[in-house]
Amino acid sequence: MTEGAVGTTGTGSGGPERGSGHFDAIVVGAGHNGLVSAAYLARAGLDVVVLERAPVIGGATLSEEAFPGFRYSVFSYLVSLLRPEVIHELDLVKHGLFLVPTASTLNPLPNGDCLFRESDPQRTYHHIARHSRRDAEALSEYKLEMRRMGHLMFKLQRAAPDELAAAVAGHVGEEPDRAGSEVSAEVADIARYFLDLPKERMRSFLQMLTMSSADFLGQWFECDVLKAALSSSSIIGSFLSPRTPGSAYVLLHHYMGEVDGVYREWGFQKGGTGGVAAAIASAARGYGAEIRTDCPVARVLARDGRACGVVLANGDELTADVVVSSAAPQVSLATLLDAGDVPGGAGEALLDRAARWQSTGCAGKVNLALDGLPRFECMPDTGPHLAGGITIAPGLDYVDRAYDDAKYGGFSKRPFIDMIIPSVLDPDMAPPGKCVVSCFVQYAPYELAGTTWDEQRDAFGDAVVRTLAEYAPGIEDQVLHRQVRVPPDIESIAGIPGGNIFHGELRLSQLFLLRPDPAAAAFRTPLPGYYLCGSSTQFGGGISGGPGRLAALRILDDLKRRGAEAR
Amino acid sequence: MARRAPQGTQAIQRALSLYRSFTPEQPEHRLTDLAAAHGLHPSTAHRLLGVLEAEGLVGRNPDTQGYLWLPESGYGGGERPVRRNGMRLLEPLRTPFHRRTEALCESDAWRDWSGYTCALNYEPQPDYEYWAVRNTAALIDVSPLFKYEITGVDAERLLDRVMTRDFTKCRVGRVMYTSWCNEDGHLLQDGNVQRLERERFLVSAAEPCLRWLEDCGLGMDALVRDVSTDLGVLALQGPRARAIAEAAIQGVDFAGMRYFDLAGGELGDAAGEDRGVPVTVTRTGYTGDLGYEFWVASEDAEALWDSLTVAGADHGLRPAGLLALDMVRVEAGLVLIDVDYVSAAHAEIEVLKVTPAEAGLGFTVKLDKEADFTGRRALERERERGPAWAMVGLEVDWFELERLWEEIDLRPQVVGEPASREPTPVFAPGGEQVGQCTTRFFSPLLKKYIGLATVQADAAALGTALELEVAVGYGRRRAGARVVKRPFFNPARKTAVGSASGGHG
Ligand SMILES: Cc1cc2nc3c(=O)[nH]c(=O)nc-3n(C[C@H](O)[C@H](O)[C@H](O)COP(=O)(O)OP(=O)(O)OC[C@H]3O[C@@H](n4cnc5c(N)ncnc54)[C@H](O)[C@@H]3O)c2cc1C
Repeated sequence: MTEGAVGTTGTGSGGPERGSGHFDAIVVGAGHNGLVSAAYLARAGLDVVVLERAPVIGGATLSEEAFPGFRYSVFSYLVSLLRPEVIHELDLVKHGLFLVPTASTLNPLPNGDCLFRESDPQRTYHHIARHSRRDAEALSEYKLEMRRMGHLMFKLQRAAPDELAAAVAGHVGEEPDRAGSEVSAEVADIARYFLDLPKERMRSFLQMLTMSSADFLGQWFECDVLKAALSSSSIIGSFLSPRTPGSAYVLLHHYMGEVDGVYREWGFQKGGTGGVAAAIASAARGYGAEIRTDCPVARVLARDGRACGVVLANGDELTADVVVSSAAPQVSLATLLDAGDVPGGAGEALLDRAARWQSTGCAGKVNLALDGLPRFECMPDTGPHLAGGITIAPGLDYVDRAYDDAKYGGFSKRPFIDMIIPSVLDPDMAPPGKCVVSCFVQYAPYELAGTTWDEQRDAFGDAVVRTLAEYAPGIEDQVLHRQVRVPPDIESIAGIPGGNIFHGELRLSQLFLLRPDPAAAAFRTPLPGYYLCGSSTQFGGGISGGPGRLAALRILDDLKRRGAEAR
Repeated sequence: MARRAPQGTQAIQRALSLYRSFTPEQPEHRLTDLAAAHGLHPSTAHRLLGVLEAEGLVGRNPDTQGYLWLPESGYGGGERPVRRNGMRLLEPLRTPFHRRTEALCESDAWRDWSGYTCALNYEPQPDYEYWAVRNTAALIDVSPLFKYEITGVDAERLLDRVMTRDFTKCRVGRVMYTSWCNEDGHLLQDGNVQRLERERFLVSAAEPCLRWLEDCGLGMDALVRDVSTDLGVLALQGPRARAIAEAAIQGVDFAGMRYFDLAGGELGDAAGEDRGVPVTVTRTGYTGDLGYEFWVASEDAEALWDSLTVAGADHGLRPAGLLALDMVRVEAGLVLIDVDYVSAAHAEIEVLKVTPAEAGLGFTVKLDKEADFTGRRALERERERGPAWAMVGLEVDWFELERLWEEIDLRPQVVGEPASREPTPVFAPGGEQVGQCTTRFFSPLLKKYIGLATVQADAAALGTALELEVAVGYGRRRAGARVVKRPFFNPARKTAVGSASGGHG
């Protein structure tokens, strides 16, 4: 990318005043994706402002000291999906990215036993062999296959097939029909790569798009506790049971992650995931982007069939050549857009589809400040297992039952819990000798049947602590402070309608070129000059920065093309 | 099919029954008797007894050649016996911290360091020990360093004669990092010198140098004493080092200590000792992070270890082995003798020898000092014509790694490897070899592939584009690299003074 080659309007305007002014680009939302977009746009020389409704940046990557001396990673807690190209192109290490690897995964079982997996595959073999020798052997084959699947996703993700999107949109969406037009070498390469895949790989891929994770894993393993353990990634953030068809894709989604080229590694950002947003914001500011908080956007402005700015909730207007929103489609499309502004009369239908986007949350967070380290019955010492993930998912039936509770509008009485102890990974999170615990909990449906979350929030927190106490007796007496966050809280704090952690369910009907809408796939919307860059776009969901980056590259490309046409 | 006992079981059963024949009443047997009594062929009995002998369970009576019971060798209680293979003249050398490090060394991975058995990594992999140095704090046993105490009226003069740094400027309570050379100005070693008193210094070195120091001090009123085994040395390194040190050691103003300061203190109450245990603290280390090194009498080593581990329990303190140390020292840009340069003391051929400047230690050579130090004239000549080689930091960026591994349809396979000490060639872009990279690894902290390399002086300017050979799958490829500043990682806390210990937050 050549710097300063695009977007010259507005630069050198000498810093517009707060509340009004003209920019090259306006970014709606200072979640990590909005910040990534802003950084890339500013890096290319554009004059960029980020407008965030909340008083703080970060969106779902938020850390706070909710109890004196104790820092919570309020929502998201581990990093793996963050794209290496984002890390390196924005030099995030220099801006404070500091990922401490997590060591292992412990699955405590009700009989006092456990399933333990370490980063060392040989040792993990022996841990699993206690339960099943066949499965212990199968696990390494499974991981190899999943790494290959992850690599496949990597290829897809990186290519960001623009022409492909346009071609498909030409069939199912409202874009002018570009089917049959020439594709770039990059897309041809990807197509070739897919066509050349060995049969088994293609089979796995299609299976993962359609199967339940329980069935998918059942092809590999016999041991229920291992299947339950491995299925955890298939339900995270999704209103699915491991037995629901489609859950295998969510599993695949989590295998797209890598740390430094190693798929399926996870790291904890020092200080909590808010530190990721802070690092990106620092990079963006370094390139000259401005970030305004307490600045909700009410509407996208359009003139002559093109986006030309935004109106803030306080009525102020800001104009820009392009507007890009990181919010979910219910906001970005259904709320901020005026149906009449969408060219071709397709606005009503688009807004209607966006309003029906499936993003009902089903997960909550319970953050605890403890007086000391919890002691698990299965591994009672305070060894390195506390530096890894600890998952309460002792069997497929257990998880399925937890799902059943939620299906009928209740929260799980004995929930699935994905827990880490951030203060073990980073002692700055709690005073010496004390600790903070992060529990990602399912299922907690957005809407409760016959009652409200305000009435049930504490009962939900109790259910989580009670469940933990079955495996770590005494933990209930160690609690100094408790923070319970359920989907309506995610909605009100992070601004995600429905509180779905990925800005929308990761199911086939909402993936790839259907994400978030066939007419708005690949980061463009039908309103020229208005783009999407959040988790509800292609490959979105999770702390990846991928959508933010790809959207920015798309915008820069379009601006360049427009500049060339104007000349 | 009938179930057969697994192979080897029979041999164990036979060996055990042979061993049981030895009793206090009958501690000695002849081979033929034993074989007959157990229905074994004498050669089988001989083989089995040989194993028992090698394990130290039975011995031979030198007079009768009969087999003798060694009752004290039972594994039942007490310490594990040192295994002897009949060829050792020397007990394995243990540092004064060994009983502590051994208890923690879960991986049983040890490396010889100057003849001592040192933990390579405590856990199966060094990763978490590495992160401890950068994220919390780590304890590293560095006792195998050679240590020499120099006392006497001429102690300062001796050091000023030997060393390239100016020791007339070394105040009491300071440590100086210095090089020393032979007459040709070729580097012998680099190391730290503590000034404990006006007339008392402590030199720490990677390799022996008693003879060199004594010979250089001929005719001076200075005594060189080898105190290598008298002292245990423990490095406490990482962002939490100060908080831990403050809790464990009394009488030292840790907040006020500057980089390369030295102070005397005592173990705190946590040590559970009712006597004062003296400790020398230096704000030094081989990690490029905030940290201290503690110097204690060997007999107090375990008490020091214990107080630091107690104080560190709530700060994420971990023991770290040599693999982790090797990773962080590369990030810190610190060279290692006989890895990154060859000491002139054992360079077999001339071309292997380097001057301090060529080993990246030019800053330790003070040609403006008064003393006529060893190697001075040669180094003056070098200053005029310029060094032929330079030690540089090399960096290969992520996208270059992606590009290379893309060729074999993989993501870069670079993490999780300890630092490689296998020298690899460095080339001019598309051209000839201009040097070699002597240590390199992928830094998980910086997320870059970094290395220390010796290159021709004209290829050493910051920003110079070079190529580094890397193994990609089974192939050898050239990765585009750049000359960058050393240290690669240089946090402010390394040298920061004054601010509170930062217990947390
Ligand atoms: C409880 C929870 C746990 C999670 N755990 C993990 C995890 O461990 N690992 C992981 O990788 N991912 C996790 N995720 C998912 C991940 O955090 C999100 O997918 C990701 O952070 C979303 O980033 P984003 O920038 O796309 O959107 P967001 O972070 O949602 O940012 C969008 C921003 O837009 C702002 N906004 C919305 N409307 C407007 C408006 N009208 N005007 C101005 N601003 C507006 C919002 O306030 C918000 O700041 C978790 C999410 C949750 C909720």
